[in-house]
Amino acid sequence: MTKLLEAFADGLGRGSVYALIALGFVIIYKSSRVISFAQPGFMIAGVVLVTYLVQVSWLGFFGAMLLGAVLIGLLALGIERAVIRPMIGRPIFAIAIITIGLDIVLRTVAHAYIGPLVRHVGDPWGTSQLHLGSVRMDQRHLAAVVTATVLVLLLFGFFRYTRMGLAMRAVAEDQEAALAQGVSVGAVFALSWALAGGLAAVAGSFAAAGVSVDNTFWPVALYALPVIILGGLDSLPGAVLAGLVIGVLRSLADAYVDDLSWLGENPSLIVPWLVMMLVLVVRPYGLFGTREVERV
Amino acid sequence: MRDSYAGRLQRRATTRRPLLHTSYRSDMALLNTRAKRYAVLALLLVGMSLPFLLPDAFLTELAGGSAYAIGAIGLMLLTGFAGQISLGHAFFAGVGFYTAAVISGDPDGRALGFGVTEILIWLPAAGLVAAAAGALVAPLATRLRGLYLAIVTLGLVFVGERVFAQWSAVTGGGSAGRPPPTVRLFGYRLDADGAFTKPQQLFWLMLVLLVVFAVVARNLARSNVGRAFTAIRDRDIAAGVIGVNLTKQKTVAFAISSFYAGCAGALFYTTVLNVNPNQFNLFLSVLFIVMVLIGGVGTISGAIAGAFLIALLPRFTDALAEWLPFISTRPQDVLNDSVTRFVLYGLLIIGFLLFEPRGLVGIWSRIRNWWTTFPFSY
Repeated sequence: MTKLLEAFADGLGRGSVYALIALGFVIIYKSSRVISFAQPGFMIAGVVLVTYLVQVSWLGFFGAMLLGAVLIGLLALGIERAVIRPMIGRPIFAIAIITIGLDIVLRTVAHAYIGPLVRHVGDPWGTSQLHLGSVRMDQRHLAAVVTATVLVLLLFGFFRYTRMGLAMRAVAEDQEAALAQGVSVGAVFALSWALAGGLAAVAGSFAAAGVSVDNTFWPVALYALPVIILGGLDSLPGAVLAGLVIGVLRSLADAYVDDLSWLGENPSLIVPWLVMMLVLVVRPYGLFGTREVERV
Repeated sequence: MRDSYAGRLQRRATTRRPLLHTSYRSDMALLNTRAKRYAVLALLLVGMSLPFLLPDAFLTELAGGSAYAIGAIGLMLLTGFAGQISLGHAFFAGVGFYTAAVISGDPDGRALGFGVTEILIWLPAAGLVAAAAGALVAPLATRLRGLYLAIVTLGLVFVGERVFAQWSAVTGGGSAGRPPPTVRLFGYRLDADGAFTKPQQLFWLMLVLLVVFAVVARNLARSNVGRAFTAIRDRDIAAGVIGVNLTKQKTVAFAISSFYAGCAGALFYTTVLNVNPNQFNLFLSVLFIVMVLIGGVGTISGAIAGAFLIALLPRFTDALAEWLPFISTRPQDVLNDSVTRFVLYGLLIIGFLLFEPRGLVGIWSRIRNWWTTFPFSY
């Protein structure tokens, strides 16, 4: 029982990171119907930036993370303006491939700044643990859960109660109608990219807490892809829930690795993808996604 | 019939008015102008004589480019013609490679092998097994569209990479790898120095195979299957309404594309000594997509041009590092030649999609039009 609960707690921590990255994917998808494959690039760029910023002594981990998130958000905003905006109206496929190109560039540059040695985000938790009765939980995982909860609530408030949030929901509903009502669709696109970039940087910082950052760190962000498929591409609650589900499933696969030996070593690496494929066979639009109605 | 009025008219048309088609036959011809016929013939002659003109290292890169081109043609049929976005091409290339390697592998070697080194046996087998894998994935594809499909095929690459790394009886395992297939044509060993050097022989082999695969693909593209593919790409619901069997055609597209990928995978690595299972990763899939996009979506010649550009890009960045003093060749510097190469991959994708969506083929047709209408180039 302890093992199960520990795996669960561990998974919630991992899952919060996936949920934050997945939220970025979904926000961009909702505003412009594009899956941005550049999210892993923004995440690793954010992490590397934070590892440098944290060396400024008065910033601290949280200061570095916030500043890193803002800077990556601005970078994402600039990239959207320069590269994605001219592509509006072109096939979605072409835009998605451009984001792959962006990802390659961002990732290569970020990796070049990692250099030959590993880097650390300098988080205050390391691998120290918290004892809740007989269950042990990593402090960094608790911190990730708390931060993700705060950010999700902030986002919810933003979408529900602010003018810009209303504009973003309107664009998600119908771009042309929103444009006709005076909503600046361009500003919405820019803001959605900035939000996604900032979220990726924060998520990356928590994923890097307690571990070292090197050239093999970036695939963490790719687990957000099964998450968004599982939750449905256009569902924000779906992204959060599916993020936690995938995180817990990975941790369970790690905890019960002996029972999953038929999946080979490290089954947790492929469990998310297998779950995603199974779900897609049954529900092609994910658990909470909107079924598309096609008109000819 | 040759001297009939229509025949004479047609011959006149091909010489004087290249775009005036007076028969269905001339409209559908692969090489519809005399200039094209001569150009292709010249290109083939130059290609066949390259082994006498170029150093062996360059030939190895070009042979790899031909193998890439075969894979890119496969992806072009699936993505460029049938409109199904697949990021899983590397997985199918891996399936093809391991089929070929197992069939032709050394029976006494560390990894499984049956010792049948005849290329005429292992190459079709590699294609067929990969095609079967593609047909197995197709049911997912018929339920999904667009970017959902892209992500699922991306998942396929990850699952495949794990399977390849784990199945060490076949792949040699994650750290060791296994040797590539041995190439024998009618008993004559091609991947060892014989009458000519190894790169020369492999280059000729790959060039001939590339021509065969390209002609088959061009013929497929202009047949009823190809027309069904383009109909699905342009509007799949409309295609279904006018009687295209979507499930069947998408399955066919996946199977054919995977066949090409399998053959490309089996051929590409014959130039190296050892192949690690992590070769068949997401980056290879992205490279294939890049070749298709840079070449020009919807054209076979575009796939070939894109593949050669990508295969020769390392050579280009090396030269760049020599000319430009701020690009270093030391891996510990931030701006080294491998960073430059990857940044160039990314910038090429972005640049082509932004400024020349029709790719290299688009650039070529623009140059051609400028000369055709020479003094009045507006």
